[in-house]
Amino acid sequence: MTQETTGEAFGTGPLDRDGLAAITSKFAPGGGKITDLRRLSGGASQETWSFAVQGDRTPDRLILRRAPGGTFQHSGTAGLEIEAAVIEAVAKQNVPVPCVRYVLSPEDGLGRGFMTSHVDGETIARKILRDDRYAAARAALPGQFGAALANIHAVDLTDLPQLRLQGPARSLQVMRDDVSLLPTPRPVFEVALRWLADRLPEEQTLRLIHGDFRLGNVIVGEDGIRAVLDWELVHAGDPMEDLAWLCAMPWRFGMIDKPVGGVGRLDQLIESYEMAGGVADRARLRWWDVMSALRWGVNCAGMLPLFRDGTDTSVERAMIARRASENEIDILRLIYLGD
Amino acid sequence: MQDEPNPLEILRAVATLLREELMPQLVGASAFNARVAANALDLVQRELALPATAAQEENGALSSLLGMDGDTQGLTTELARRIADRSIDPADPAVERLLWSITEAKLNVDQPAYGGLKRVLALRAAQHHR
Repeated sequence: MTQETTGEAFGTGPLDRDGLAAITSKFAPGGGKITDLRRLSGGASQETWSFAVQGDRTPDRLILRRAPGGTFQHSGTAGLEIEAAVIEAVAKQNVPVPCVRYVLSPEDGLGRGFMTSHVDGETIARKILRDDRYAAARAALPGQFGAALANIHAVDLTDLPQLRLQGPARSLQVMRDDVSLLPTPRPVFEVALRWLADRLPEEQTLRLIHGDFRLGNVIVGEDGIRAVLDWELVHAGDPMEDLAWLCAMPWRFGMIDKPVGGVGRLDQLIESYEMAGGVADRARLRWWDVMSALRWGVNCAGMLPLFRDGTDTSVERAMIARRASENEIDILRLIYLGD
Repeated sequence: MQDEPNPLEILRAVATLLREELMPQLVGASAFNARVAANALDLVQRELALPATAAQEENGALSSLLGMDGDTQGLTTELARRIADRSIDPADPAVERLLWSITEAKLNVDQPAYGGLKRVLALRAAQHHR
């Protein structure tokens, strides 16, 4: 969503440059001077800043992820300190992630957030899926996705701060509550809720779940995945949730016949996932396919009140609200056509 | 009666202005937002171009499935309620047909190029050939 080297600057806004320099001087020998500070695009629920720290060696490029305005935390998100702890834990499990350099504390006076090293590469799905320079990356990605997910799901939860616990039953309850709050009646969403309730998988041991694993949220180089980003929806849940989400129609970005993020076949993902120690379950995956379509649909439909009440009056917000029907057709396809 | 060009023609002209004249001069977020705005105008054109009978047909189909009269919003709420309380079975072919037709009608306005819709049409064609 963010952190692309090609991304445009969005102005600098209110971030205390001196406060930032006071922190970076602690870990940049002989330095601390901040240059090239800019806010990157994307991420309504987080601010992402890019900057370089000048020291006695080559400039150190860093990324700061921060709560909007310093403090706001969106509901359902893990919280930035937890995100940082998770990134450090998955790094030990060989998941490619940016190195966490510093976690903000209240004394820093910059709000909540953390800094990581900058990772070069591309996050824009359209480019990764269509540009010639990423042809080799596209061939490698299905296997790398499977391995990264298996490694994430293998992280020992007892080593982590308490995460949101959300297996199938809890996910269904959250969706039911969210659908009931939508301003427009949605028979297709009710069909999905009923289908999901009738096939609720039994609860299993909860695993670490990324929660938004897809193109857009990974940095890709010409050799494939360089870093998995955007851990804000991390929680403890059913591993098949991450696999299904990656395969959801919107995250194929138009490459409709390549279910795995627009780059590969499902059997490629499952094979690499199992090679890396994951256990795939196609029946549960199917359940999460329907849940994924419903989840994204509820998200889109939920944009209407935000647009109308003035929270975000942008054309983009209005147009996302009009994408709920895309998810409805996906739900019908999954349930009635068994695709 | 208003003079012409009609709203559809005016919207088409504004969308063309955005795409062909303004977008090439813009970069970054502004270029992106201009493209979103042009797409939004296309959506409004598709909605305005719907035949006058479309809304009536949807209302009639809902009304006959549910066996009651009402406005479309009310009937849709009732359909959602009956699916949720299990007094209507989504596996009933008449229910399935109605859900497809309402959803496809929405999508034909919202995003007729959506990949998921193409996939549905391809699957249907394949089933038909079998």
